[in-house]
Amino acid sequence: MTARRIIPCLDVKDGRVVKGVRFEGHVDMGDAAELAARYRDQGADELVFYDITASPEGRTLDYGWVQDIARLLDIPFCVAGGIRTVEQAARCLDHGADKVSINSPALERPELIGEMAARLGRQCVVVGVDSAFQDGEWRVHKYTGDPDARRGAGRLTMEWIVEAQGLGAGEIVLNCIDQDGVRRGYDLNQLAEARRRLTIPLVASGGAGAVEHFRDVFVEADVSGALAASVFHSGAIKIPELKRYLDQQGVEVRI
Amino acid sequence: MSEVTLIGYGSGNVASVRFALERLGARVRITDDPADVDEAERIILPGVGAAGYAMQRLKALDLIEPLRRFQRPLLGVCLGQQLLFDASAEDEDAENGGADLLGLIPGRVEAILPAPSRPSPHMGWSRLTTRRDDPLLDGVKDGDWAYFVHGYVCPDGPATLAAADYGVAVPAMVNSANRWGCQFHPERSAALGARILKNFLELPA
Repeated sequence: MTARRIIPCLDVKDGRVVKGVRFEGHVDMGDAAELAARYRDQGADELVFYDITASPEGRTLDYGWVQDIARLLDIPFCVAGGIRTVEQAARCLDHGADKVSINSPALERPELIGEMAARLGRQCVVVGVDSAFQDGEWRVHKYTGDPDARRGAGRLTMEWIVEAQGLGAGEIVLNCIDQDGVRRGYDLNQLAEARRRLTIPLVASGGAGAVEHFRDVFVEADVSGALAASVFHSGAIKIPELKRYLDQQGVEVRI
Repeated sequence: MSEVTLIGYGSGNVASVRFALERLGARVRITDDPADVDEAERIILPGVGAAGYAMQRLKALDLIEPLRRFQRPLLGVCLGQQLLFDASAEDEDAENGGADLLGLIPGRVEAILPAPSRPSPHMGWSRLTTRRDDPLLDGVKDGDWAYFVHGYVCPDGPATLAAADYGVAVPAMVNSANRWGCQFHPERSAALGARILKNFLELPA
């Protein structure tokens, strides 16, 4: 079978990794390729680079830094943010990315998923979904790059992920935004429900704060991977220790 | 320093394979010219996406016969491994029931059907079990991890050099005569992948 994947997510602005700090905007954390190599050395199974400014401002991706990362990195990585056309996705892969993740552009024009899958293969098409519990249902939200620009997208999460799979998505990243930044654990109920409905791999996002949260999401929601950002960037959770813990708990990880 | 010819036919993650070879110090020539295939010292055939589309591209570029008659070391990566076999169940229009492939190794490539706790595509790191000795497996140990992304699986048979378990036996590496295949992505499989590419570059041409 496959090892459960541990996936750090890095926010990138102009080829630099940045961290959002309350009242201060973004703080520069370093060169994207250098930080990527550091996570690789710690045992990350895959990396996601998210261009944080792309979607809300209508900007598109700059691909130079993608190539810098691809030259250096020998583990898979996914690029997200600002990809709105098949050509942009293809260019991203041409620069060495393994997968591209689309979120709000897929909501605006779901056919984009099928167009990307037909040309590039579904294995590199990741659909990211931001979901929150509202009026008794999990509902899709849009534009989460900037919290002020986030709004309901008028779709039910469980219906949308199945539709995205049917259109050609190769993987779903379900970001549970009620949990995001709260660090009280992944949304196990929602992720387990999503897992039951999908046949493609599912990656959990939002809420990781302790090593136990990773065990819970793998054991109870049966997800293929768990994505996290701040707990890794702050050093609150170190990947080698996390993997040792998961291994002791009987969760298969790549060590 | 080895020279390696990488087939860039519009159906592959050519950049990441090229970078991995360059990290090993190889000189990489990317081509879609049949004449370059005939002259090449060794060839890597990458590939992602649909088998039918990849074969259409190879056909349009007149690369099928040069690849079939190539007698020096040839390595198919990911979809490139699948293309070495006779046929694939994968096809975009599904009307003719599959795609004809290069036909260099017997057997038909089949879909991985999803099952509980087994999503398809097979995406992620799986352990290798080696089946027999081969120069490409030099330094590779049972239990080493490799990164896979595929929704179709090659037939398991005498050509299998190393396998992964994904509910079905996944031929992870194959060999027949001067042709090798890697179902996983060596360019994305950390130290293990680098070792296998290095072994390929060091094969006598």
